[in-house]
Amino acid sequence: MRMPKLTAFLTATAVFASALTLAARADEVHVLNWKGYGADEPWAIAAFEKATGNKVVNDFFNSEQEMLTKLRTNPALYDVVMINAAFNDQAMAEKLIQPIDVSKIPNYADISPDKAGSPMLARDGKVYGVPWVWGLTALAINEKSFETPPTSIAEMWNEAHKGRVTIRDDAVEGVQFGAIATGQNINEIKDMEAVKSKLTSLMPQIKTFWSSENDWNQMVASNQIDIGTYWSGSADRAKTHFKLPVSLVIPREGAVAWLDAFSIPAGAKNVAGAEAFINYMIDPKFYVEWVTKVGAPVSANTKAVAALPEDAFNRKVMGDPDVAKRIQFQAPITDAQREAYLALWQELKVNVK
Amino acid sequence: MAGQVVTGSRSGLRSALPLLLPAYLWLTVAIFLPLSAMVFFSFMTELPLSGRAWSFTLDNYATFFSQGLYWTLLLASLRLGLEVTLWCVVIGYPAAYVLAKVFRGRSREAIFLLVILPFWSNGLVRIFSWAMVLREGGILDTALNAVLPFKINIDLMYSYPAVIIGLVHSYVPYMVLTCYLTLQAIDDSLIEAGRSLGASRLQMLKRVIIPLSMPGLVAGAALIFVPVVGSFMEPRILGGRTGTFYGTVIEDQFVAVFNWPLGAALSFILLAVVLVILALASPVLKRVA
Repeated sequence: MRMPKLTAFLTATAVFASALTLAARADEVHVLNWKGYGADEPWAIAAFEKATGNKVVNDFFNSEQEMLTKLRTNPALYDVVMINAAFNDQAMAEKLIQPIDVSKIPNYADISPDKAGSPMLARDGKVYGVPWVWGLTALAINEKSFETPPTSIAEMWNEAHKGRVTIRDDAVEGVQFGAIATGQNINEIKDMEAVKSKLTSLMPQIKTFWSSENDWNQMVASNQIDIGTYWSGSADRAKTHFKLPVSLVIPREGAVAWLDAFSIPAGAKNVAGAEAFINYMIDPKFYVEWVTKVGAPVSANTKAVAALPEDAFNRKVMGDPDVAKRIQFQAPITDAQREAYLALWQELKVNVK
Repeated sequence: MAGQVVTGSRSGLRSALPLLLPAYLWLTVAIFLPLSAMVFFSFMTELPLSGRAWSFTLDNYATFFSQGLYWTLLLASLRLGLEVTLWCVVIGYPAAYVLAKVFRGRSREAIFLLVILPFWSNGLVRIFSWAMVLREGGILDTALNAVLPFKINIDLMYSYPAVIIGLVHSYVPYMVLTCYLTLQAIDDSLIEAGRSLGASRLQMLKRVIIPLSMPGLVAGAALIFVPVVGSFMEPRILGGRTGTFYGTVIEDQFVAVFNWPLGAALSFILLAVVLVILALASPVLKRVA
């Protein structure tokens, strides 16, 4: 007697729960992005919802691998996904994302041609990613520790900063940083031994490996570090939003640049809503507000950057043609390369113990 | 129901089944199935997601033996486990003794509460609190410099001792609880008898109290040693550049490069090593217990 009743109850609960998750309303836009990265700003969501009548549902990932896994395991759940251009190719090859009809995205016309034309975002003449923002993995300094900002990457190896240097705990970033320090192309590292010995000599300088913006900002706030690798948008946020003595340095040897783009997952239920959301995200009005209130990387939309004040960091420094010459954009990395980089990185970390 | 039990062990099992079923169902679904899946993964070349080709292989296990890195890390993690367990004994055992034999009634309850209080807070919160205490210019540094007449510089953050401190703090309640249970069970008249026969305090401890409470010590040590060897959160946050251990490398395989097969293989090697250690130790421990 009891058991059938219980079974019925459990079945009913399961059906109800799955109905809840599956019945994404037609006017909902499910967005997958890093947390605290523009698309989940409450003021932005409110403005977008008011303007288009779409409701935004945010979901987050903590690594590119997690993002790909979420797309693989939840087909047709998300309508918009933010993908680093270096991973776009993989998502495209696995048929996780669909071609985008850019004629439905009015602001697409204002995206700078070099970003829109990036070979990483297109295949067979179809667009698979709309460039959103780009930025650098460069150096940032604790202003209290420097009278004049350094200009060379060699400052990381300076004995004076022993035990007060930080670097992100990320094998790919670490190895590419080593490539720049040894004057190599980050996408075609020929002399891996040189990278390894350069990074080996950096290890004794390191205080700790950072993994989130919060780590970095905490260490500066408590004056524990002088210099370290950092993302341009995060350095801007640390200064604007958290009022910390942080400033970004783009070393003369160069820096790693990345491009973030929006894509529409295969099987998205609300493609029209997704197009509207992407259009809003690359709109100058949203961008200026994002930079002013929170701090952000550089928009791929030329009109959005032009709408910033003349002396804004993202316009003055990042827009400097001299900087453009120095930076190297990340190209896709194969799984085998990624594993080789991790093996090297782990070896470095073990040998320092 | 009682009548059925009397009729024989078969029907005894049958009547016990509804009672056992939830626990075993839970163990099957939550532990056995995922663990079997992980064993399966550890022999694969790729995860079978989105139609990638995969096959069976032993390479993941071979990787462990072909690279000295994993051995070094495993030994470092085992050493960490031993050190943390030792400190937990040094700190936890006397506390358990005082709780079991000195305090009575209300004051025992109050102290007991203080011991298990850390269990109720989230592990991450505890670690980040330690980060605030241990760093240069942190709470410990400031407090000591405010009291002491001379200037000292305490910066334990991002070091091996910081990892030990964090882990000992997290795991010492296990030692206190298990030792408390066995110490409390020791009949006071045995202690009185020993004393009346002229045993010194040290002799009492060595000949009566420690042998009788050995099961608690062993249980506590096993409860602490096993998770500490595989720990990754504390070393990562508190250890800084010295914070790379076997557990953090496994985490990297799962999170950073999405190489679940290798991560799973490394985990099972750890499991095997821990089981071997416990098996080797068990006759010795049984004898003393």
